[in-house]
Amino acid sequence: MLRFILRRLLITIPTILVVITITWALVRLAPGNFYTGEKKLPAAIEQNIREKYGLDKPWREQYLRMMSHIMVLDFGTSLSYPGQPVNAIIGRALPVSATIGLLAYLLALAVGIVAGSVAALKQNSKWDYASMTLAMLGISIPNFVLGPILVLVFSLMLYWLPPSRWEGFPSWNVVLPVITLSGIYMAYIARLTRAGMLEVLNSDYIRTARAKGLSESQVVIRHALRGGLLPVVSYTGPALAFLLTGTVVVERIFALPGLGHYFLQAASNRDEPLIIGIVAFVAIILLLMNLLVDITYAYLDPRIRY
Amino acid sequence: MSGTGVPPVNHRQDALALPMNEDEPKLPADETEPSSTALGAPLSLSVVAPLSDDVLHTPPEVAVAEGDVRLTAEDDFVSGTSLWKDARRRLLKNKLAVFGLIVVSIVTVASIVGPFVLKLITGMTPDYIPGDAALIRSFPPFTAPDGSFSWTHPMGTDRQGRDMLARVLQGGQISLMVGVIATLMSLVIGVSYGAIAGYLGGRVDNLMMRLVDVLYAIPYIILVIVLLAMFKDQTPRGQLILLFIALGSVSWLTMARIVRGQVLSLKHQEFVLAARATGVSTPRIIFRHIVPNTLGPVIVYATLTIPSVMLAEAFLSFLGFGVQPPLASWGSLVTDGVQNIGIFPWQLIFPGLTMALTLFSLNFLGDGLRDALDPRMRKF
Repeated sequence: MLRFILRRLLITIPTILVVITITWALVRLAPGNFYTGEKKLPAAIEQNIREKYGLDKPWREQYLRMMSHIMVLDFGTSLSYPGQPVNAIIGRALPVSATIGLLAYLLALAVGIVAGSVAALKQNSKWDYASMTLAMLGISIPNFVLGPILVLVFSLMLYWLPPSRWEGFPSWNVVLPVITLSGIYMAYIARLTRAGMLEVLNSDYIRTARAKGLSESQVVIRHALRGGLLPVVSYTGPALAFLLTGTVVVERIFALPGLGHYFLQAASNRDEPLIIGIVAFVAIILLLMNLLVDITYAYLDPRIRY
Repeated sequence: MSGTGVPPVNHRQDALALPMNEDEPKLPADETEPSSTALGAPLSLSVVAPLSDDVLHTPPEVAVAEGDVRLTAEDDFVSGTSLWKDARRRLLKNKLAVFGLIVVSIVTVASIVGPFVLKLITGMTPDYIPGDAALIRSFPPFTAPDGSFSWTHPMGTDRQGRDMLARVLQGGQISLMVGVIATLMSLVIGVSYGAIAGYLGGRVDNLMMRLVDVLYAIPYIILVIVLLAMFKDQTPRGQLILLFIALGSVSWLTMARIVRGQVLSLKHQEFVLAARATGVSTPRIIFRHIVPNTLGPVIVYATLTIPSVMLAEAFLSFLGFGVQPPLASWGSLVTDGVQNIGIFPWQLIFPGLTMALTLFSLNFLGDGLRDALDPRMRKF
């Protein structure tokens, strides 16, 4: 197990370097830079700026300099938010995205597992068809359509919930973003749970559990769910990726100052340190979470040996 | 598919009897397959007829599944136990998949032919802005400027007074085009990559699949945004091509894994051995002999890639990095609609519904195809 974790960590590091390099290359290969605006800067000022940020050095030197800073998790200073270190911006934005993302994931897990289990336990019943059709709808309706519709109904027509803005965690403002973000996962998790449960419910060890006289709820909760949820666990990796793309949209719709918001700003403004900082940070989080998922998977399924 | 006049000759294989991928964690075989088909026989996996005339293989004797009826050559043709006929029957029995197929066909035909027909009937084109300033505003569906009922704009107009129906139809063209072209790109890259890795095996395979693992872990949509944002300042056509490339080049990974898995189980079969013995070159073995036999899962996965690519395009358009005006896709129409949701809901409802319905149908069709072509793949 330890060997497996170490090997995975060893793959993780080059992956992050690849991500950073690709991002850097994309930013650099594209024509223009942060300072090419509609108004041309006087040559002397441009020269000063280039010297200050080391843009006049050969690209190899710049790349190595950036990499050496990133190695100690220093992503430099933002260009479009002058004087603000990228780390500070990430530190400010992360709680927003993390709150929304985590709540959305928990909501999706709760609803998805219940809906999927019910569908599997009552296969081919009304409940099954209803939840699976709903799940398919959830997959097919993009969150940027779902979000505005929720705002229209619950904020503009019923006046129940605030339509946007961030006001800290325990506030009604998080309800709509969380529901919007969790929609698609809920659907995927319900489908995966159903498939996993259907497979497990027909297996021998469930028959054994029933035969030794366990109550149906014990069979389902203690035995079937553990095996049936394996696909859900392995979906967590892709789900995290979805979560990231989802937050970009959701933060746009609900005007939340999260990572996605700053990322879009940085991409549109060509704010190189901020782009690279956010992409690298996100990649690191994603890879570590994936590692965690694999370890959980091995723990849940004793048949798997790495 | 097998309508070339050549009797379909099947490569029967039983994936369980063949060495599976050694790297993956081993799990017991999937037990969810149906116990009988319409023929009453257990399904054999991926029975695929060759597509071209020059690749004919005799069916390997050992691989006939238990309970499978051996047929003579003529019977084989007439009674239609080929994968494709079998799959078609199973697909047509699946109501949701048939619904999906019908909707997708209607939407496709409407997007391609619709704009021309519409121009003949109401005279509306997607970029027609009325010359009269009083008409440059958003009218509700079926409403004439004076408020009475009219057939001119069945979906209303947008803020510039352009006909929404014409724009939804044209948006469908772009959205479907992005979906299909990016999927084709991912198909070409993924199939070649997976087939080469699987067939060559050993160190090459290891290296190639490790690379896929690395790429899998990359938050690719983030990179796509960076790519599109950086190279943005271009013509709408240029942006569209960039979109094809960006989406196609990030969606081939799963395809490569699926094809590699298939190739691993195919490459030890007699027909490959025979081809090698008769001196067929390696590229030819891979692309003429092995790849056609992986077609079932490939088609299934490609069908499921189309909606996900279309969704990604809409997502990028929503963020302002996708299709640029004057071109419109469903994604960009929805984006426009979202901005006016409280006042002109029809600007969101029509493109949004059309897109959701199409994605819904494509997903059902893909699921149906998977159940029909490859019952063992049901898991996800």
